[in-house]
Amino acid sequence: MSLIKNGAFAEDQFQSIADDAPLPANGTIVSLARFGREREALLARNAPLGVRLKSEESPEALGEDVHRLSVVVLEFPKFRDGRAFSWARMLRTRFHFEGEIRAVGAFLYDQLAFMARVGIDAFEVRENFTEADFARAMGEMSEVYQPSADGRPTIRSLRARARSLDPTPPRP
Amino acid sequence: MYRYDEFDARFVAERVDQFRYQVARRLSGELTEDEFKPLRLMNGLYLQLHAYMLRIAVPYGTLSPRQLRMLAHIARKYDKGYGHFTTRQNIQFNWIKLVDVPDALADLASVEMHAIQTSGNCIRNVTADHFAGAARDEIEDPRILAEIVRQWSSLHPEFSFLPRKFKIAVSGSEHDRAAVKFHDVGIEIVRNDEGRVGYRVYAGGGMGRTPYIGHVVGEFVERSDILAFLEAVMRVYNQSGRRDNLYKSRIKILVNALGADEMRRQVMREFEELRAAGTLEVPGEELARIARYFAAPDFGAPTDDVPEFDAARASNAAFRAWSDTNLAPHRAPGYAIATISLKPIGGVPGDATDEQLDALADLLDEFGVGELRVSHEQNLVLPHVRKKDLPAVFARLEALGLGTPNAGLVTDIIACPGLDYCDLANARSIPIAQRISERFGDLDRQHDIGELKIKISGCINACGHHHAGHIGVLGVDKKGVEYYQLQLGGSGAEDASIGEILGPAFGEHEIVDAVEGVINVYLERRERSERFLDTVRRVGIEPFKARAYAGWAFHI
Repeated sequence: MSLIKNGAFAEDQFQSIADDAPLPANGTIVSLARFGREREALLARNAPLGVRLKSEESPEALGEDVHRLSVVVLEFPKFRDGRAFSWARMLRTRFHFEGEIRAVGAFLYDQLAFMARVGIDAFEVRENFTEADFARAMGEMSEVYQPSADGRPTIRSLRARARSLDPTPPRP
Repeated sequence: MYRYDEFDARFVAERVDQFRYQVARRLSGELTEDEFKPLRLMNGLYLQLHAYMLRIAVPYGTLSPRQLRMLAHIARKYDKGYGHFTTRQNIQFNWIKLVDVPDALADLASVEMHAIQTSGNCIRNVTADHFAGAARDEIEDPRILAEIVRQWSSLHPEFSFLPRKFKIAVSGSEHDRAAVKFHDVGIEIVRNDEGRVGYRVYAGGGMGRTPYIGHVVGEFVERSDILAFLEAVMRVYNQSGRRDNLYKSRIKILVNALGADEMRRQVMREFEELRAAGTLEVPGEELARIARYFAAPDFGAPTDDVPEFDAARASNAAFRAWSDTNLAPHRAPGYAIATISLKPIGGVPGDATDEQLDALADLLDEFGVGELRVSHEQNLVLPHVRKKDLPAVFARLEALGLGTPNAGLVTDIIACPGLDYCDLANARSIPIAQRISERFGDLDRQHDIGELKIKISGCINACGHHHAGHIGVLGVDKKGVEYYQLQLGGSGAEDASIGEILGPAFGEHEIVDAVEGVINVYLERRERSERFLDTVRRVGIEPFKARAYAGWAFHI
């Protein structure tokens, strides 16, 4: 597996650790269950920390602790399971989480653009996946109708801008 | 009607290219059928019993002459010369080759059409009252909001992988012709005590295996807040809708598990946050901009006193019969709304040939009707016809085989494609519809029976809306043999109700007799101007049951 972050391959600074494994010295990602059990010890460590959420686990369970995390990992157990799209969006627009949101699991190429829109900025991808594939996925649809977590201008706002430059009313 | 600007046009064109790439990857084997399936479904492409089926969106059921001609072209070039109008105001083609689909979609894009989200676990093509902009009892044209919802829901990044499909309908009149209470979300345009227009929002209605009538989740949602409100409903559903069981994954199951009060509480919590963020606000200026596209044509000021119309009624019995059943009151004097029945006696409900589609486009142009509507009852509608033109319009329709005078009558039957086409069906629907239609083909008999909505589904998924039929017929499979269950007393209108099952299913050769028996009971027991539905509601199903099962050994 490799990691694409902000559109380019990036070295993974984190190790995902099983619930019963000893913690490494540096960046660590643990499950929500382990985070719940060892919260104080984990937050007291002097190393970046991430929490991995299963698709049925809402980031609301993290409470204010979310702001002490460097990464939230969202699992896609099946590409059909779309809950993590809402978790990402909530992390960005409700909790104003500014760290990395990483997608892992069984998502498809054709979902990448949606994932980026809801605020996912890091993707664990297969070895044969390229930066060019990623760029292509991002560019398939050049404009969007609805606001999301990415702050892209919507088609409605682009229309308003075009109208202010050329105030001819539309044909009925 | 709505016209694409450069942004809509680019969006649809890019979506075609995106799908072309998905098809190429499937054909090369890069995508497995399992991976390709949700992608093709989001573009309306099903794999049916015999071939691929492409379902094309007709947003809120409105078609221009140019679009009709393109649908005729698609039918000729890529299919077997006909298309099938569905209960969701869409049209589907049943014999398309996978390799041709991207080209067909590119052809459609050239007339501002697409197949985006006509299937799949996403927000489906939005439907609305087929009399929009023409009905006399209308508060506001529902297509204005429907278009805003269409744009908002197109490739929604958060809600494209929902637990299950999600259908939204909008009604703008007191009389509900869009079946809003049977939708995942139904929106009713209402006026409050202060005279302000807003939206009453229902959630959790639906048919299928477990039919439910929707609950009010928003009593009066302000116009500027509607997208924030819808997004709140979707957020609750996406988080908490069941994903472990296909049959329990619709929002109706969630609403009924939580209870309407808890559902409202959760929706309001999301809504307050989304409204406060402000990004989803629908400004009045945007509503006004979209409304301009749907501005009524200039009807002039003719009167309702039209001697040509009255003369034709007096001299032409066929025209008189047609105008008795297939016309509805128009908001403008001197105009009428005309329903074109796609239910010829003994025919396949909802089918139209390429010649008929082309000829209808010509008719729209010649009589200045402007646009055609598709109804959820699988008929077509001419929304604005000058009454003085009606005799000529009728003559043309009759020549095309489209002049059947049966709108709202016993032979105006809704039927899903059933086992003749559909991969999911347990039984055939179309032949049952055809046989009932033949049995009641006599026009005097139909008029005597009056308003009666028969709806037939070939399986529990209820695409033929049998739960909402005054008479509902459901096809079931018993050890490889087709049987048909009868339900009475359903309604998809503002007095929404779910039909009650009469008893054990009937065999293929018994069901038409059973339907006739039930109708005879109505004719014997009706009081004055009572409709079939009213009589069922007044006397209950027992007398009907006794007749339908007369002679059955188990009975009583």
